[in-house]
Amino acid sequence: MFDNNVSAPALIGTSGDSLREAFGKALAAIADEFPKLVVLDADVAGGTGVHHFRKAHPERLIQFGIAEQNMMAAAGGLAAVGMLPVVTGFAVFLSRAFEQARLSISYCKRNAKIVASHPGLDVGPDGGSAQALEDIAAFRAIPGMTVISPADPYETALATRAILEFEGPVYMRTGRSAARRLFGDDHVFEIGKGEIIRHGHDVTLVACGVEVARALDAADLLIDAGISARVVNMATIKPIDIELLARCARETGAIVTAEDHNIHGGLGSAVAEAVAKVHPCPIEFVGVNDTFGTSGEPDELADHFAITAPFIAKSAERAVARKRGLQ
Amino acid sequence: MTSAKITVRNGAIPADAPDTDIEVQIADAARFVRRHTIASIFRAGSGHPGGALSCADILACLFGAELNVWPSGTDERLRDRFVLSKGHACPALYAIGAYHGFCDKTAALALRKLGSPFQGHPHVRDLPWVETSTGSLGQGFSVALGMAMGMKLQKMPSRTYVVLGDGELQEGEVWEAAMCAAHHKLDNLCAIVDYNKLQSDASNDVIMRIEPLADKWRAFGWTVFEIDGHNIPEILSTLHLAASTHNHPSVLIAHTVKGKGVPYMENGPAWHGSVKLTRQQAEEALAALGADRQEIMELLDV
Repeated sequence: MFDNNVSAPALIGTSGDSLREAFGKALAAIADEFPKLVVLDADVAGGTGVHHFRKAHPERLIQFGIAEQNMMAAAGGLAAVGMLPVVTGFAVFLSRAFEQARLSISYCKRNAKIVASHPGLDVGPDGGSAQALEDIAAFRAIPGMTVISPADPYETALATRAILEFEGPVYMRTGRSAARRLFGDDHVFEIGKGEIIRHGHDVTLVACGVEVARALDAADLLIDAGISARVVNMATIKPIDIELLARCARETGAIVTAEDHNIHGGLGSAVAEAVAKVHPCPIEFVGVNDTFGTSGEPDELADHFAITAPFIAKSAERAVARKRGLQ
Repeated sequence: MTSAKITVRNGAIPADAPDTDIEVQIADAARFVRRHTIASIFRAGSGHPGGALSCADILACLFGAELNVWPSGTDERLRDRFVLSKGHACPALYAIGAYHGFCDKTAALALRKLGSPFQGHPHVRDLPWVETSTGSLGQGFSVALGMAMGMKLQKMPSRTYVVLGDGELQEGEVWEAAMCAAHHKLDNLCAIVDYNKLQSDASNDVIMRIEPLADKWRAFGWTVFEIDGHNIPEILSTLHLAASTHNHPSVLIAHTVKGKGVPYMENGPAWHGSVKLTRQQAEEALAALGADRQEIMELLDV
């Protein structure tokens, strides 16, 4: 096994790619650099982007059938004997193997990666049962688990390499829908680092995943309201970049978080925990308000559940008003 | 079953040793495991004696003659992996480890204590030689499967062994793993079911029937052996047969007695759960296991 005669696909992270496709292409392209890499699939390779990897490296794709619990714990065993396993699947189904990730991966400190596609409302028409809105909260609560949610196809490709080079368990969210390219070829991704991607001084919009593009749009909307909004791409939710948050809280005095996830336990909670400790300031939370999703197109759902740019902008206005009331 | 010449796979005992010598050595290890189990659970004030005693002979056989494991060795390619998937039986695992020098015998009596690496369920970051952390039933089996897969992918000559409880077989994950191991032809994976017929609250039959057990494993594509899990020559010769199985994973359904060796515990589900042993109960159990006054004092007091 482990033939190295496959040429790397050229296009990675093209605009219009979904994050899952970008992940699958990147994985296929860089596999030769990681001789112990194996990818674990539960019969959803066509949906997770892993079909690109399977095509390039069929002998390194391990099929587990529709049995996520066994797959997750087996990844712990593969890592224990020196392999570099990447567990792939839909976010909502990998969550059913939460306890396997907890015990057989993180508690054992195994170098195994979990990459979940189909998170949040971004899943769309499959409906509420398929939309994982709790996964960041759940995996963030596991000691030793790094949690990542990249924002665009290019960053997803960079993050794919970063998690393979990183030693330790990682949970990474990709995404189902076509995504707009936000970052240029000079973009750098570093685990644990947030990045200011738009400057501003009245409020900081902290977002991850598909909400980063919406936060940028919200910053445009806020110009008309006379508010200068800073935008932070917080691609690593755990460990959160507390220094950057302290700086933004100090310099802008108000924060809005935005995520395609329940408002409880995800990015917003992680930001609030950090800011409360280092530089308390008004925070508003944009996310799904502790409810389940439903069927619809992703953009319709984002509007229906109030996580699009206008809602982020409204929250920013509230945060700024609260800040001024406090001052 | 009248066994052929016992084969010692791991070189722990000279291969040409008479069968009786091998039996005597392994019986001695099993007796040590049972005494140590009682003493550590007494000292802890809690722990699961029944299922630890029922798998004592199996562990003694595995570590004594089958597993290529050694306390000082670190050769990742050659080392067999052993997983105690029924992690609550860990007093027996700690004891067999202590017997073979993986840890200190006296230190291993500090079961379930703050600061002790001998937790109430095995943890690989406290004790590397337990190979993986267990205690959530079903998971150890999947981890063992992953280890066996990784060995095959890397063409390692080593094998993976895993001991499962019978109640554990009620976990759906076990059958996900059973299907997967057969599908991937993991003939380097050997499962041993400690079939003592009792689980936490009552018998398997009352809680959730698992029979017909051999048929289930066969239907899932495994090579099945049924043995007396307290008959040392039979355990050893069957492990040897299992190791020469090709294309199929193998399972030993080992019929055992819960609480084996301590008459007042035998076949009593009350001794499954985490129990507190009184001094009198501990002494009675150790006496039944052949310990004299001096040995009892050393085990319970030193």
